[in-house]
Amino acid sequence: MSSDPVSHEPTTARIPCAATSTASRFAARRSCAERQARRRRFWEWIIEHALLLIGLVAVAAVVLVLLFMLRDALPLFFADHLSPLGFIFGTEWRPISFPAQYGIWALIMGTTIVTAGASLIAIPLGFACAVYLAELAPRAVREVMKPTVELLAAIPSVVIGFIGYALLNNWVRDAFRLPTGLCALTAVLLLALMMLPTIISIAEDAITAVPRSYREGSLALGASLLSTIRHAILPAAGSGLVAAAMLGIGRALGETMVVLMVAGNSIEVPLGFLGNPDLTLWHKLATLVQSGFGLFGPARTMTATVASEMGEVAVGSVHYHALFAVGALLVLMSLTITLVSDVALRRVKRS
Amino acid sequence: MQHTRRLATAVLAVAVLLWSAGCAPTRPPSGTGRTRVTPTTVAIKGSDTMVNLNQAWAESYMGENRDARVVVNGGGSGTGIAALLEGKTDIAASSREMTAEEIAAATKAGHAPKAQIVGLDGIAVIVNAANPVQSLTVAQLAAIYTGKTTDWKQVGGNAGKIVLLGREVNSGTHVFFKEHVIQGGNSTSPAEYAKATLFVSSSQAIVSEVAHNARAIGYVGLGYVSDAVRALPIAPATGKPAVAPSPESVVAGTYPISRPLYFYTRGEPSGAVKAFLDYVLSADGQAVVRELEFVPVT
Repeated sequence: MSSDPVSHEPTTARIPCAATSTASRFAARRSCAERQARRRRFWEWIIEHALLLIGLVAVAAVVLVLLFMLRDALPLFFADHLSPLGFIFGTEWRPISFPAQYGIWALIMGTTIVTAGASLIAIPLGFACAVYLAELAPRAVREVMKPTVELLAAIPSVVIGFIGYALLNNWVRDAFRLPTGLCALTAVLLLALMMLPTIISIAEDAITAVPRSYREGSLALGASLLSTIRHAILPAAGSGLVAAAMLGIGRALGETMVVLMVAGNSIEVPLGFLGNPDLTLWHKLATLVQSGFGLFGPARTMTATVASEMGEVAVGSVHYHALFAVGALLVLMSLTITLVSDVALRRVKRS
Repeated sequence: MQHTRRLATAVLAVAVLLWSAGCAPTRPPSGTGRTRVTPTTVAIKGSDTMVNLNQAWAESYMGENRDARVVVNGGGSGTGIAALLEGKTDIAASSREMTAEEIAAATKAGHAPKAQIVGLDGIAVIVNAANPVQSLTVAQLAAIYTGKTTDWKQVGGNAGKIVLLGREVNSGTHVFFKEHVIQGGNSTSPAEYAKATLFVSSSQAIVSEVAHNARAIGYVGLGYVSDAVRALPIAPATGKPAVAPSPESVVAGTYPISRPLYFYTRGEPSGAVKAFLDYVLSADGQAVVRELEFVPVT
């Protein structure tokens, strides 16, 4: 292997990068460096492509999950001849009746109401907490608070669901004088709690990433601290905040255990009265307020339905395909949210 | 060196011995595609309500008798009975009695079916301890669960919206309650659970909500009734006396929301089938019944 011209001694022949004469040492060092560089390039190529492969596996997993869901979901429309519109906008979910009815509007509305309600609570709270941690909190407070908030994310959802079931359920019923605490509001409060760590952590990072010069410039111009936060820091961190909110929403959308335990799971369409043509606008508005924008009533989410019914369903039945279709729709909704947050993240990187 | 080799041989020999002792007798020849594989195999097919119970019996029976083999299949009571008539199963598990036609068909084929009640299915209707309602009729219960009756004062309680609690659709209890109470035993009835019914994921969760919520009503297997809730006596019809749910009233057949669970065999059971049936009716077998929240026969 050695290209060293004077390496006739057996010892140097064994050790390729050692030569005796000055000239040959120089030549050897160059060829040795070249070889090392070549070897390094080779390994870099290997590592680079191995990482590419791992990345492709992740991409393939996403594509395969979607294909897998669609493979068992699409027969619902092609083999079982359900109309997609009737499936999505149907208001009767009676999967084991004769004849069975598969309308998931109640599930879509349930998921929407629970996710929207939790977002309305968790996003403002999360942003406020992030601003406090990044800009206002004394160092000691921040160093205790941030890890604690992140620990909140480590609590298993079934534990949160259990707390909700045993405690919050009864508090909500008594506080709002509801017939039962197993309603969307209880689920919303618990989901908001679960979204907070995600939102706070990412929003805090986004705010901390705003260049110091923005802050100092604003303060030097005589702006107050609050004014600086509002007019200089938050706009600069804007895209990161959007990403934080989106990831939080994704968390709420996919959560299963908590909603299964506390949201009530009735098949009534939340806010279904809004579509009733017999009611006057004023009556609808009054009912809307009375029902707490749907939060005081029970809600059945898409995730909870799949989780509770998948276990016993006959493989290949219409019900089976319907549950896969619910799952596929959920994957699509989740992907949309992730894509939106990705676009937002890209914008923050560019700025 | 020689020492090690001898040790290795010994270990190998022990392993082979254990392996042959462990798997040879329990694995009967397969590949015939039929459920009756060997003479010691007992095939059970039928009721989906009973499938978990049958499985539990099969597992504990096989655990005690190493050379016994029990194969359990669901499919519904009718499926099981049809399979029994065709000789494709040894035992038909059924949550209803065989019809006259089915018995006639079996007798014609030369083996009068033999019925054995192996357990009972009873469902208690529970309310909060503070609820003043003393009893309900099956018809009132059906009106409540279909959403026709929505306020407790309509059935003699304090004014307040009735909170309906039910089990999820994957539960046998959900199906039994629907067929027996909501549809009134008529399987072609279009009656459905009210849309406002909260479908709860476990019987324990129903008990817990009813224990804390004065307006709630729920139903659970008899085994779940605790002191935290009150099980309502149920009258089969208006004017008839209401009967409190208990293992005794279920066994006596006076409690209306109950049904016997049957094992049907082709003629008098014998051999492996008889041995299994004896186990099912033994104290051990009936303990399994209690474990799975059904009511034991004895």
